[in-house]
Amino acid sequence: MRKKIGVFVCHCGINIAGTVDVKTVAKELSQYPGIEYAVDYVYMCSDPGQNMIIEKIMEKKLDGVVVACCSPNLHESTFRRAAQSAGLNPFECEIANIREQCSWVHKDKEKATEKAIKITEGVVEKIRWNERLQPIKVPVTKRALIIGGGIAGIQTALDLANSDIEVVLVEKNPSIGGHMIQLSETFPTLDCSQCILTPKMVEVSKHPKVKLYTYSEVQEVSGYVGNFQAKILQKPRYVDPDKCTLCDECSQVCPVVVPNEFDLGLTGRKAVYIPFPQAIPATYTLDIEACPGVLPIACGKCWDVCEPKAINFDMQPEVIEEKVGAVVVATGYDLYDKKNMAEYGYGKYPDVLDGLQFERLLSASGPTRGKILRPSDHMEPKEIVFIQCAGSRDPELHNKYCSRICCMYTAKHAKLYKHHVHDGQAYVFYIDIRAGGKGYEEFVNRSMEEEGVLYLRGKVSKVFEENGKLVVWGVDTLAGQDIEIRADMVVLAMAIRPSSGAEKLAKLLKVAQDSDGFFAEAHPKLRPVESLTAGVFLAGVAQAPKDIPDTVSQAGGAAIKVVSILSQPELLHSPLVARVNKSLCTGCGMCVEVCPFSAISLHEDKAEVNEVLCEGCGTCAATCLRAAIEVKNLTHLQIYDMLGVYLGGLR
Amino acid sequence: MNKDHEPRIVAFLCKWCSSAGSDMAGVSRLEYPPNVIPITVMCSGSVSPIYILSAFNLGADGVLVSGCHPGDCHYIKGNMYARRRMALLKELLPYLGLEPERFQMSWVSAAEGVKFTQIIKDFVAQLKPLGPQTYLRRSL
Repeated sequence: MRKKIGVFVCHCGINIAGTVDVKTVAKELSQYPGIEYAVDYVYMCSDPGQNMIIEKIMEKKLDGVVVACCSPNLHESTFRRAAQSAGLNPFECEIANIREQCSWVHKDKEKATEKAIKITEGVVEKIRWNERLQPIKVPVTKRALIIGGGIAGIQTALDLANSDIEVVLVEKNPSIGGHMIQLSETFPTLDCSQCILTPKMVEVSKHPKVKLYTYSEVQEVSGYVGNFQAKILQKPRYVDPDKCTLCDECSQVCPVVVPNEFDLGLTGRKAVYIPFPQAIPATYTLDIEACPGVLPIACGKCWDVCEPKAINFDMQPEVIEEKVGAVVVATGYDLYDKKNMAEYGYGKYPDVLDGLQFERLLSASGPTRGKILRPSDHMEPKEIVFIQCAGSRDPELHNKYCSRICCMYTAKHAKLYKHHVHDGQAYVFYIDIRAGGKGYEEFVNRSMEEEGVLYLRGKVSKVFEENGKLVVWGVDTLAGQDIEIRADMVVLAMAIRPSSGAEKLAKLLKVAQDSDGFFAEAHPKLRPVESLTAGVFLAGVAQAPKDIPDTVSQAGGAAIKVVSILSQPELLHSPLVARVNKSLCTGCGMCVEVCPFSAISLHEDKAEVNEVLCEGCGTCAATCLRAAIEVKNLTHLQIYDMLGVYLGGLR
Repeated sequence: MNKDHEPRIVAFLCKWCSSAGSDMAGVSRLEYPPNVIPITVMCSGSVSPIYILSAFNLGADGVLVSGCHPGDCHYIKGNMYARRRMALLKELLPYLGLEPERFQMSWVSAAEGVKFTQIIKDFVAQLKPLGPQTYLRRSL
């Protein structure tokens, strides 16, 4: 039976009626085939306007409503709610946009009216074939998986756990803390980084709602929003954390020394080690790659001296399965590989350091107990050069983007250097100073004015060694001069890169990465903590370079987004999804290949749509050679009928 | 050929970028010729070449497909598929006896009302000298 359709034309004051003759639109439409009722009204979205729609639906027993008004982005939901309250299915109400796409962009009243009629008629044709659809209901697992145990992951975990949501926190390193725990003091207030982070680390590890997996990696994530299954690989640490008393005996007898990752190679560590004294979980870890052998016969010195018998060479990798409803990616960053910056002599000269190494030198718990000493000869550097944008803002050779934190931490480094070496001189080469944060500009200015740090605007071309000094060749573009500085130490503000495992993780979570490799947010302004994959959220530098305050805010944002999903009894998914006409499907699998959401699979040689994963984009519909798959309520037939109206073929 | 012919254009606009961009043109009260009627689709990647040929078959003088900028697709990569498909289609048109200028693909973000306006103006100006499209038009 043909639908009884009502058309409601809005004047929008004079916004529409000023250019479009709304009376004519309503009159024309009332004569259009299948139209039961057509009327115009000054403000359809007002209460009387909506009430009129509701009354007419009931009075005329309409089963289709077209409202010709503003963009569907504004009032589609308003009118659908109104239609629903009159007993219609929300998909039996559609909007014809005759304001933004017609009255506001045209002046010729006759032509605009003609166009408005066509637009409305097209939507009438579309609604004839609209199905009554119900949102797809999806159950929710009220737990969240957080990948990455740095400040972003810790903050998200705490915010979620305090909202009574169970959290699985996975960290690949032996301890949580991330890069923040390596830092000395934080800009612009110069709080001690460890002092502000360790309480949070302890809290997260003791929280009854947090399940912590350190030395673990996410191997596989399947499922969809509300219902993910994650496989987590827990690497064996060969030390039982429950038995280990942190006596350090094992480490003292261990004969193997390897570079200490925590100090970025400035010191060594043993094969059995604790990354730093406040590590959480508080336990030693045996690095099996460095250990001479699992077999006690090969070495086994640590096992011999361990009184509580915490060392267990028989530990095996373990794969743990966890069910979660949402995932937060907080994988942070790595520094840009210094091998790419050979011109600055990193790796060749021991006194050329990167920013994180300098943080370790400054740290009271660092290799020099907070004294600034040259790694080569343990002398205090009297002249020090900081090079900003090492690998950032260089689209030709390195990374095109700004790493955002380097201007600030370099100002901090120079300032702290002066606090330690009062008679020293610090130079900073910079391109621009970007100090866009609360108290940041003032902080940089204080470095320049109070500490007498010399800021030189220009780039450095080369760093090389001559007579025990590091010669820095640069240019001061403001003075128009070449500069040569004979320095004792050079610190590179290396660019920030997405963490090394980001690409693999993006693939297994089916989350997009931007052109720089950071995880892509759903919308750069309005959805900065969501990924395009429903139920996967982003926090911290994994999404883009940012400082600690921004990371903490984003972590809180990600947490509330997770809560907004997990607090619902069940999730509702738009029913505008693809549907397969099995009698036409030949099982060629082209739709399976093009689907950006991996929502289609082949079963017995026929395509099948997972309606929960499907976002209704219709890429499959345009790909299928036999039109065997299409999106509900925007079918090929509907498009052809609309085209027919617009081009005058149907009437 | 009738040089005063007002070309009839159908524009397939993706919901997230180009349709929102055309809304932005409206909000900014930018003016463009009323020759174009928009059809909002979910993604430029859902526009089948058959839609475009059907439009020509029904007498369209020009067809525009507009999506999010490459890399900004709401559905990750739908516009990439559209780009490839439409490039092929454009090459096919001359073999059908149709001027390839009658078909256009563009990238308009939700903020680019000005760009959308300009694209429509240019397209109309480009189509006017071509006169009515008759090659693919179904005889009624």
